[in-house]
Amino acid sequence: MNIVIIKYNSGNIQSVQFALERIGINAIVTDNAEQITTADKVIFPGVGEASSAMSFLKDRKLDKLIVSLSQPVLGICLGMQLLCKHSEENNTDCLGIFENVAVRRFDATDANLKIPQIGWNNISNLHSPLFNHIPADSYCYYVHGYYAEKSLHTIATTDYGITYSAAIQKNNFYGVQFHPEKSATVGEQLLKNFLAI
Amino acid sequence: MLTKRIIPCLDIKDGRTVKGTNFIELRDAGDPVELAMRYCEEGADELVFLDITATTEKRKTLARLVREIATHINIPFTVGGGINTIEDVSILLENGADKISINTSAVKNPKLINELAKNFGSQCVVVAIDAKHIDNNWKVVTHGGRNATTLLTTDWTKEAIERGAGELLLTSMENDGTKAGFALEITKEVTNSVTVPVIASGGAGSMEHFADVFQQANADAALAASIFHFKEIAIPDLKRYLRNQNIAVRL
Repeated sequence: MNIVIIKYNSGNIQSVQFALERIGINAIVTDNAEQITTADKVIFPGVGEASSAMSFLKDRKLDKLIVSLSQPVLGICLGMQLLCKHSEENNTDCLGIFENVAVRRFDATDANLKIPQIGWNNISNLHSPLFNHIPADSYCYYVHGYYAEKSLHTIATTDYGITYSAAIQKNNFYGVQFHPEKSATVGEQLLKNFLAI
Repeated sequence: MLTKRIIPCLDIKDGRTVKGTNFIELRDAGDPVELAMRYCEEGADELVFLDITATTEKRKTLARLVREIATHINIPFTVGGGINTIEDVSILLENGADKISINTSAVKNPKLINELAKNFGSQCVVVAIDAKHIDNNWKVVTHGGRNATTLLTTDWTKEAIERGAGELLLTSMENDGTKAGFALEITKEVTNSVTVPVIASGGAGSMEHFADVFQQANADAALAASIFHFKEIAIPDLKRYLRNQNIAVRL
C-alpha cells in the first residue's frame, strides 16, 4: 500500500511517520503532486498556525490538490482544522471541504480552562469505521487552542468547556483533532483502521 | 474529561539515565529507551528527557537518542537541557521530539521564547522555571539551582507566557530530592495566575503528594524521577490511587 504524508510547514510530520513505522508501515513524506494524487491513502498532519499554513499550501498549489483528492484522506489536528471552512485563528479561510464547519477558539474567559488544552481527554459518541475496536470514552492526546464545532459531520465528540468535534467525516475526508500518532495503543488502532478503509 | 498527567523525568548524561541528589552523586538508572518504553507500557502520560551532558561534542549523541526514543514510544515527550538557539530546537523536533524545554537560556535571553514560539508554535515551547524560597519570596534560580536571580517567580511566569510559552514546568529547588512533597503554595500561586497548563515538579515521595498537588495546588501535571526509576511507586498503582481520590486520570 502506498501511503503519503503531505509535507508542508508543519511541526510534527516526522512523528506521524514514526508512528506508522511502529505499526510496520513505510510512508512517504512529500509535497509532490503526482505522488500525492496517486497514493492509496493520504495523511495531512499538522501542528502550527492556520493562516501561515494556508498561505504555504496556496503558494505551492497544494490547496487545490488536497480538495481534489478522491482516496481516503486523514487530517490530524491543524490538518483537520484546515479541511474546514474557516478558522478563528487569525481569521483564516480554510480549504472548505467541510463547508459548514467553523473552527473556533476555546473560551478564554472561562477561568477553569487552560488554553491550549494539553493532555489526554476521552472521545465519545463514536460512529465510524475509524473507531473499530476502540472502546467508547477511550483517552486520546490533545494539544490545541481551537476546535471544530459540532455538525452533521461529527463522528466523535470530546468535552472541554463545550462539546466539540473530536473527529469529523465527509465522503473520503476524515479528520481527528487529537494526535493518533501520540495516543498510545488507541492511536495506533485508529491509524490501522484508517489504513483499512 | 481532561485528565491530570503523570510525567516521569529522565535525566540523561552521555546517553544513560542518571539520577543524583542535589545534582551530585549521580546514580546510573539504566538505558533511557528501555526505561521510556517501560513507562509507556505502565501508563505514563508523557515523558521528559533532560540532557545534563556538559560538552557540545557529546550533545550530538542527543539527537540520535531522541530519534531512537521517537521510533520506540507512542506517547508525547519533551526534551530539555542546553537549548540556546532555533537550530538546537530544529534538530530535536526533526528527530521526533514533541516539545522542548528551556530554562536558564530563557532567563538569560527572554527573546528566545518569542523566537521559538514564532518558529515552532507555542504548543512545543515549555518554559522550565526553578524556584527557590529566598528572603520570604519565591525567586527564580538558574544553572540547575546554583545561580540566584532577582526575578520573582510569579513575574517571570507571566512574562514567559506573554512571550509565547505554551506550558510551564515549575520546580521547587527547596523540595527537589527531599521526597517531602511538592511545594504546594508557590505551585498554587502560579496555577491560579496563569492560563497555560502547569507541570509541578520537585519533592514527590508518596502517592498522597501527587493527590495534594492536583487537589490543593491545581497542577495540571506532576513530574517525578527517582521514585519511578527505582520503583518506589509504580505508575499503575499511583493512577488507581488518584482515581480513588476522585482525580481524573487515564487508566
